This record gives sequence, C-alpha cells and structure tokens, in this order.
Amino acid sequence: MQDQEKRDDREVVISVEGMTARLEGNTILEGITFKVFRGEILFIVGRSGSGKTVLMKHMIGQFRPAEGRVLINGVDVHGAEESDWAAVRRRIGVLFQAGGLLGSMTLGDNMALPLEKRSNLPDSLKKSIIRMKLGMVGLADTEHLLPAELSGGMKKRAGLARAMVMDPEILFFDEPSAGLDPVTSVGLDDTIADINQGMGTTMVIVSHELPSIFKIGHRMIMLDGQQKGIIADGDPRFLQGESRDERVVNFLNRRNA
Amino acid sequence: MSQEKAAPGGLKRTSSSVAVSESTTGTVVVTPVGRFSLDEAELLAADLHTAARDSQTSGLVVDLSKVSYLDSAAALSIKMFAGDMEQNGRQVTLTGMGGEVQRIMGMVDPRIVEDVSASRLSHPEPVPGTIEGIGEAAVATAGSFKGLMVFTGELIRAVLHSLFHPRDIRWGDVAGNMRGVGVQGFPIVGLISLLVGLIIAFMSSLQLKPLGGDIFVAALVGIAMVKELAPLMTAIIVAGRSGSAFAAEIGTMVVNEEVDALAIMGFDPVRFLVIPRVAAAIIVVPLLTLYADFFGLLGGLLVGMLGLDLTFITYINQTGSNIALSDVATGLVKSVFFAVIVSGIGCYHGMKVTRGAEGVGRATTAAVVSAIFFIVLADSIFAVVLHYL
Repeated sequence: MQDQEKRDDREVVISVEGMTARLEGNTILEGITFKVFRGEILFIVGRSGSGKTVLMKHMIGQFRPAEGRVLINGVDVHGAEESDWAAVRRRIGVLFQAGGLLGSMTLGDNMALPLEKRSNLPDSLKKSIIRMKLGMVGLADTEHLLPAELSGGMKKRAGLARAMVMDPEILFFDEPSAGLDPVTSVGLDDTIADINQGMGTTMVIVSHELPSIFKIGHRMIMLDGQQKGIIADGDPRFLQGESRDERVVNFLNRRNA
Repeated sequence: MSQEKAAPGGLKRTSSSVAVSESTTGTVVVTPVGRFSLDEAELLAADLHTAARDSQTSGLVVDLSKVSYLDSAAALSIKMFAGDMEQNGRQVTLTGMGGEVQRIMGMVDPRIVEDVSASRLSHPEPVPGTIEGIGEAAVATAGSFKGLMVFTGELIRAVLHSLFHPRDIRWGDVAGNMRGVGVQGFPIVGLISLLVGLIIAFMSSLQLKPLGGDIFVAALVGIAMVKELAPLMTAIIVAGRSGSAFAAEIGTMVVNEEVDALAIMGFDPVRFLVIPRVAAAIIVVPLLTLYADFFGLLGGLLVGMLGLDLTFITYINQTGSNIALSDVATGLVKSVFFAVIVSGIGCYHGMKVTRGAEGVGRATTAAVVSAIFFIVLADSIFAVVLHYL
C-alpha cells in the first residue's frame, strides 16, 4: 500500500470506500477500499469465485453495496440523484463478457444507441462517428452486419466500439479475453493499450489472463475469495517477484498452491 | 507346464487370453496375453482370481510383458485383484510392465473405488417435509407475487411516461412486434375461431333442432363468440404464440447481458423492451379479436346454411338483431385487458430470467401458463362485474 501513497498526487477517478458486497445473503467482498487513478490500466484479478465481476458490477452501479460506497468523479454511484448519476454514466463505457450487443439490431444501430440521446446531432455526423469507432477496433465496413454474423473476437471488438462511442473517460471490461484464442486475445490487448495511450482513457479490466496483465497492465489489485478482500495492490511485474504473499506469487507465476 | 484356461462362463475372447504356469522355484506366474480393455476387464479379473484359487502358494506373479494394450478399466481390475490378495495375506508381484502399461497402471488408484456402493450417479433430490414444503411454497409464492407487483409498478410508470412522451416510444419496435403478434397470428386465429364457431353451432343445433329452435343457433353463436369466446380464444392463442416469444426474447437478452448493456447506456429496460411489446399487443389483439368474431360467425353461418336450411339473409338478420354494438365493444374492451396481461406477463418472465438457457426455457413455460391463468381469472371478474353493471 506504500506504492499507492506515492501516487496520491495523481487524479483519482474512482474511489471505492469500505465496500461490502453481499449476494443472496452471502458476503462476497468485505470492506474493500481502493482508488483508480486517471489514465491507468488497472486489472482486477483473482481466482475464479473471488468476486472480480461482482466488484465490477458494483462499480458500474448494477449492484448496490451492502455497506460503503463507490465514487466516480466524486459522485456516489448508488446514492446520487438520477440526473447526477446519468451524467456520470455518460462518461463510462462497459464491455460485457458476452459483448452485450443487441441481437435484433445491426452493428450500426447498436452503436447508434448511445448517440440516440443526442438527437441534435446530424445523421451524417453520427454515421461518421460510428464508422470511425469501428475502424479504431479494426472492424471497418461492418456496420450493416448483425451480431450473429460475427465471430467471438469480432463481437468483443464491436462491444468495445459501442462502449467507446461517446469517448468515455473510463472503460470497464469484464473478462475481455474469455473465449478468445490467444492470437485474437493479443490483438484485443493491443487495441485496449492503443486506446489508453491515444485517448487517455482509464481502463478497469476484470481478468485472470496473465499474459494480458503483464503486457498492458499498469497496476493490479488481487482479490481473494477466502479473505473476501484485496490481498495485493501494485505493479504486476513488481508483485510477481517481490510480493511476500504466497497466494499472489503463486497466482502470478502460475503455480497451484 | 503351461496351460490355457478356458474363459469362465463360456464367454469367448478374441484378442486376449490368460496363461498360468508354475516356475521351477514353485512360484505361480499368471501371464495375460493380448489386448485388455473395458470389455475384457471383467474376464481378466475372473481369470486372475481363478488362478489364485487354483494355486496354493503365498506369492503370485502377474507378468504383464505380453500385454499389447491395457486400458484403465483393465488396469483397475489388476490393481483391485492385487489389493484383494494382499488383504488375504498373499503377495502379488507385477512384472514385465512395458512403458505404456506402466504409465496407465500409474494413473489408476484402486482406493478411490473402495466404497463404490456408496456412490450414486443420480443427483440427490432433497425431499422436504410436508410443513417445510408448504412453507417453502408460501415463501416462493409471496416472492413471485412481490416480483410481479414491482414489475407492474414499473410498467405503469413506463406507460405513464410513454403517454406523455409518445416520441420516446420506439415505434419501429412497436411495428415489428405488431407484425409478430398480429399479421403472423391471423391465420391461426382465423382457423381456430372458424372451428369454434362451427362446433358451437353444430352442438347447439343438435339440442335445438328437435325443439324447432333452429333459428336460435344464430343468436347463440353470435353472443357466445362476440362476448366471450373470441376475446378468450384470441388471448390464449396470443399467449401461446407471442407471450412465450416475449419471454424467450427478453430472457435471452438478459442472459447475453444485453439488458445490462442497455441500462448502462442509460436506457430504462422496461421502456426500451416492454413498452413496444405491450403497445403492439394493445393495438393488435383487439383487431385479432374482431377478426375472430368474424370467423366465428362464419363458422356458425356454414352450419346454419348447410345443416339447418337457414338462408344467408335469415342467419345474418338473426345474428344482427341479437348482438348489440355494446356486446362487440365489451369483447374489445376485454381483449385490451387480455393484451396487457399476456404481453406484460411474457415480458415479466423474460426479465427475471437467471441462470442461462435453462432459465429461458422455464420462463417461456411460466409465461404461457400464468398468462392463461390470469386471462381466465380476469374473464371471470369481467363476467361478474358486467352482470351487475
């Protein structure tokens, strides 16, 4: 945690404060606290069942914490007025595990959804934005396709393109590499890193893919199912060699404890 | 002094055999020869035990050098045999294991199957006691009632919003759903109504004809169809065709996180997904009901003209003078309520899907069953209320 203090001069975009997550009476996470800083790629890692996705769903307002709170840009995600939360929501994008594209709409219509609330935009500009974003994720000229016509990797890319239509400040990813072959997965990592570099987008990524974590992660926090909390916070490359916690070292070195 | 043993039970083996010999030092050597897989495992075990019984020595050698192939089942037989012998105080030595045989023998651990009698392949279903069962059912019913009420509240809020902001309604989706519920539903609604009209006319004519009351068939069919059966049958058909489809469509969207994605993009899922479906049903179901009225009367007319010697004009006049416009209106008002019930319940069951594809299947069934139940319940309430109005 010393690490974190050194960085405290950086701007905080997300602050999770003493959050406890309970689902159907089971406590999944207990009293966890951490901050996400502007422009970083933060990985939330942990073994299956440690509550990574649950944590992310609390951060994006899908689940309500049993205790504690989550602040995005200083706005309490769960306690804010609807209008304040709506303003925050416009600044975040989420790539769901399955992509979350609406199956009944073409990619273009899917991407037009976040723009729909901006009815004052001329149609041609909307179309240009959609084409530009699809191009950024390597899916140029696909706006007429239905999600069912795409491969798994393309669906993730399309979901990413839709998540970034509004140029969000923060992008959340739920297991972006799940179900992708290693080559496709590397391509998606590169795209994520490019967007982070080019647009300065803060990235919060739930994953247990070690290659991705080491390749593009600036920082990781590791959750543990038994402790129901964070057992490591720092640069994954540093933690791999220097962490004193056996669980962390084993995880990062692919050892079965 | 080698001797071939016949396989026990007269079973024939083609690719394997077991030879038993006694060495000069008095040790009994059992040599399985050939391929041993799942099919031969039982025979192999029997042969090994026979050889052990026939010899009196305390030590037994199983020579595996002639085995060309051994699968895990056969390896398990050998290991279990060795274990049995050791329990009886006899020593079994395994020799001559080639690389592959040794590998498979190393994978097999007979301890894991020791208490095989306790293992069950079926999933244990806990059977609750009577009182426990009643309690659980009560809690479940209260839970689903609460869920339905919360959903109804959200639906009413969304409907009010849509009434005041009609431009927020996704009219494209409404049109698409109107096609699904209405246009594609016309043939089956028409056919069923025609048959129902035929049946009522035919059955009532059997009763009325001996009394000379042929002419009343027209009124009977007319009133029954317009006030009661056309709205009811139409609603049940729509529940089966479209209520289930709504549950499956929305349920699949929940499973694919499409609904979560909508919410995070700032769309109210009820307004986005439910309102277009409910609106389409409200527009189309009354039209389908009128259509059902027409075909039901046509069915009656066919029986009247072909079976009762009534003329076309007489039948139509009789029908017209017995049905008031208010009867048709009653049927249409009912059909609007039924439309809300069918589409609302279909969407509700879709929205509360959890646990993947299996949940979608359950939601579809639940949507149809509970929609039909609520339609009939609402119809009974209408019957009583309209009687006293």
